[in-house]
Amino acid sequence: MKEFMMIFRNEKVEGGELPSAEQMQAVMNQWQNWIGNIAAKGNFSGTNRLDSEGKTLKPNEVSIDGPYAEVKEMVGGYLVVKANTFDDAVEMAISCPNLLYGGSVEVRSVMAMDADIHSVSFLAVK
Amino acid sequence: MQNNELIPHLFRTEYRKIVSVLSKLFGIEYIEIAEDIVSETFLLAAELWGVKGLPENPTAWLYGVAKNKTRNYLKRNQLFAQKISPEIKHTNHQTEEIEIDLSIKNINDSQLAMIFAVCNPSISSQAQIGLALNLLCGFGVEEIASAFLTNKEVIYKRLQRAKEKLKTDKIKIQQPSLAEINDRLPNVLITLYLLFNEGYYSTLQNIALRKDLCLEAMRLNYLLVENDITNKPMVNALLSLMCFHSSRFEARINQNGETILYEEQDTDLWNKELIEKGEYYLNQAFTNSTLTKYHLEASIAYCHTKKENTSQKWEAILQLYNQLLQIAYSPIIALNRTYALAKAHGKKEAISEAEKLNLTNNHLYYSLLGNLYTNLDNKKALLHFATTLTLANSAADKATIAKNIDKVPPR
Repeated sequence: MKEFMMIFRNEKVEGGELPSAEQMQAVMNQWQNWIGNIAAKGNFSGTNRLDSEGKTLKPNEVSIDGPYAEVKEMVGGYLVVKANTFDDAVEMAISCPNLLYGGSVEVRSVMAMDADIHSVSFLAVK
Repeated sequence: MQNNELIPHLFRTEYRKIVSVLSKLFGIEYIEIAEDIVSETFLLAAELWGVKGLPENPTAWLYGVAKNKTRNYLKRNQLFAQKISPEIKHTNHQTEEIEIDLSIKNINDSQLAMIFAVCNPSISSQAQIGLALNLLCGFGVEEIASAFLTNKEVIYKRLQRAKEKLKTDKIKIQQPSLAEINDRLPNVLITLYLLFNEGYYSTLQNIALRKDLCLEAMRLNYLLVENDITNKPMVNALLSLMCFHSSRFEARINQNGETILYEEQDTDLWNKELIEKGEYYLNQAFTNSTLTKYHLEASIAYCHTKKENTSQKWEAILQLYNQLLQIAYSPIIALNRTYALAKAHGKKEAISEAEKLNLTNNHLYYSLLGNLYTNLDNKKALLHFATTLTLANSAADKATIAKNIDKVPPR
């Protein structure tokens, strides 16, 4: 099985009411149940949620405060899954709770370490 | 206590203590000499006590005789004494008489050292459990053989091989250092966990023996909790798990040794004292941010000490299973998690997830599907239960499945 990374992005919402503790818990449970479904099939590799604290450094001592590289869109977390094919990984992403809240899921194929090291271009640069 | 009950009782409680102390003194190479000396001590007790009556303090008598036998052995076997004596002199600052320290503290330290020597990944986990039962719990070869549903010769050979391996690997019987504890404690806990499960999930008819296995695992775990250097959150978590599980021991097996399903258990038979102890150790387990599979399993077991069937309870259990799967996937956990999903979110959602698990060589998989389809599609339920029957091996499993089939409404 290969590994795939799902990257969760959400747009920054200005203002509005903060969700209640119960609402937060309900959303958390929804996420955990989705991850639990994946883990129950033995497809779970790892996950992390990212806090909103952040800074992006750019060349020439330019830096942007906040967790945004470009537009007002931030990465909220990632999940690494094991799947036989890319399509299987995408299938898992379809029921991701982030899609219910206006966010997106980017599914990417994780490059195996040795594939990188054995590439001719990598060796040529060294 | 009658004379004929006292010796087996003392054998169970004292044999392992003296063996641990002597083995720690001699080193792993001479573990059989330690065992022989202690066996001879008990043999002498059996002969003398029957004729002369009980000594005033039988335990002290055993310790005294074991000490004398050890000294005599060392005198008669100068070569052996020379080999081990530098070590003994070093630890006792004595040159003349060898001191055999059978104080409570040294007994506890020696047993702790022995736990770490025996629960060593250089031997198979089955061998670790066997040795633990033999050296740390005072079980005879025959008892171990019945616990493992095999014959004496197999166990005898297994124990011999395991001891040889510990010798060739020069495993030391000594108090583990603080650094070693963090490294090796997880493996010690795995062995204790397996020992407990050996008793708890066994299909053995001998219920007393099953209880003994669970109690021994708890006793060894308690030894780790009692010692400051091993009293870690994960150790408390495992002990808490064992307390919660064993609180249901009387309720989950009937007099014929048949399993009584959780739903049908008489809660009056649940042991309240053990539940309270479980809660205490669970609180101790959460004194820092460590989170192990024992923490999660103990927390799930804690939820099960409340019989009410609220969706909040099942949502909490489901969340614990979600986390458990992320740190320790196993097919059984995946199946249990799906059962919790059904209880929390309904059978339809659970069936759709269950069918994706595809654990087609596991009889519990079909058992779960059978349960989920019961009252939704009884024809399918019966089909799944039929498949379960063809895959199940033990009579106890088959009896449980038969009970489930009875619950499917007739067409």
